[in-house]
Amino acid sequence: MPSVRVPPVLRQHTGGATEVSVEGEKVGAVLQALVAEHPDTKAQIFSEEGELNRFVNVYLNDEDVRVLDGLDTAVSDSDTIMILPAMAGGSL
Amino acid sequence: MAAEIKEQLVVQEITAQEAFQEIEDGDVVLIDTREPYEYAEANIEGGKLIPPAMLARQIEEAVPDKSTRVLVHCRSGARSATAVEQMMAMGYEDVVNVAGGILDWQAQGLPVQSEAELTDEQRNRYSRHTLLPEVGAAGQVKLLEAKVLLLGAGGLGAPTALYLAAAGIGRIGLVDDDVVDASNLQRQVIHNTKRIGEPKTASARQTIEELNPDVEVVEHNYRLNSGNILETIADYDIVVDGADNFPTRYLLNDASVRLNKPVVSASILSFDGQISTFVPHEGPCYRCLYPSPPPPELAPSCSANGVLGVMAGVMGLLQANEVIKLVLGIGEPLVGRLLLYEALGTRFTELKVRRDPTCPICGPDAEEVPESELGAFPDYEAFCGGHVGS
Repeated sequence: MPSVRVPPVLRQHTGGATEVSVEGEKVGAVLQALVAEHPDTKAQIFSEEGELNRFVNVYLNDEDVRVLDGLDTAVSDSDTIMILPAMAGGSL
Repeated sequence: MAAEIKEQLVVQEITAQEAFQEIEDGDVVLIDTREPYEYAEANIEGGKLIPPAMLARQIEEAVPDKSTRVLVHCRSGARSATAVEQMMAMGYEDVVNVAGGILDWQAQGLPVQSEAELTDEQRNRYSRHTLLPEVGAAGQVKLLEAKVLLLGAGGLGAPTALYLAAAGIGRIGLVDDDVVDASNLQRQVIHNTKRIGEPKTASARQTIEELNPDVEVVEHNYRLNSGNILETIADYDIVVDGADNFPTRYLLNDASVRLNKPVVSASILSFDGQISTFVPHEGPCYRCLYPSPPPPELAPSCSANGVLGVMAGVMGLLQANEVIKLVLGIGEPLVGRLLLYEALGTRFTELKVRRDPTCPICGPDAEEVPESELGAFPDYEAFCGGHVGS
């Protein structure tokens, strides 16, 4: 199963897990499976229209899926998907 | 018999121009066989100083492989000729004398670096820098002439400012309108317990001035906004972004692209950090990476969150390292790369960041935005109450 790296801001919604493994053959399917398992992550990842939120970057390994095939990008079991929201903390 | 030996040890010579070419092409070692005081006045970049009296003891460590091509020079070519003979007798197979020494080299207009611009005190203070071939005296002079602005004298700004000051960055500007609070001291190591209640810029200034009198500190004790940002950053070479809120980050991005200022940007949260270097038009900008900020309810910076104090140190010093590389023009800055550090797993991850062809700020079709709209987003000011460096 591909694994998804969970950013700090989402960890409260994954029971603290920093990495979860979920099924899926495409980036979109993997993220949907994550959301199904941890419903509170949905608002961070998807807009109401089901698109990726503009303020969240999703990486397949080291490449932004926006320059690949977006949510349709194919994923293999050895891949890592990273959800990367903007962070602003400098000295909180 | 004597003639034979003499013939065996005939010293090969090359001209300064030939030496310059060989050094440019690489794969040679350059030995400078003069005294340290001569070396300090002017030396050839990459040359290794071994005074004549030290040659026998030091050369084998400096050049362990005796088949290495070695160029030797001194002031005028006499001491180096002796050194070449000595080295040939030790078994070095491919060693030549640079005819005319550094005098001829300079007469040809070939480049030298000099510690002459450093005072005796500076030569001593920065000796661990100048000993590095990548820095040298010329590099230290660049550091002393550099002007770096830090956004925030807080978590990230504290360690960055300390190390940039120690490194001899000539002018350090600090933007922060906050005062030192006891809860800052878990990570903001430039302040201390006695300074609680003092403005952070003043506290940081005092620490820096005690650390290194070469550094001029400029206090910008106010909040950045679209009306003062251009003026604030205009006089600096590089900006270091340790702001704790999105409005300032976008504001800085838009202004720095406008004025063509590189920005070293980092952020920290709990045990996680991110860092990248944005060089306008050479790589992506902050908006290419994050086209829009998260809404307030999803923006972690808007509420009180914990952060491991050490994270500020790790990420702040990675920022300082980027600054030094940019000033010196060495290494590979994090342009087009986002480096993530996860402290609990001690894991570094590098991601690619590309320029966004539709970027409204740095893209090819970007139009100049009016000053009042720098950093603008719909409802932008309203959503997050953070400010620089709290």
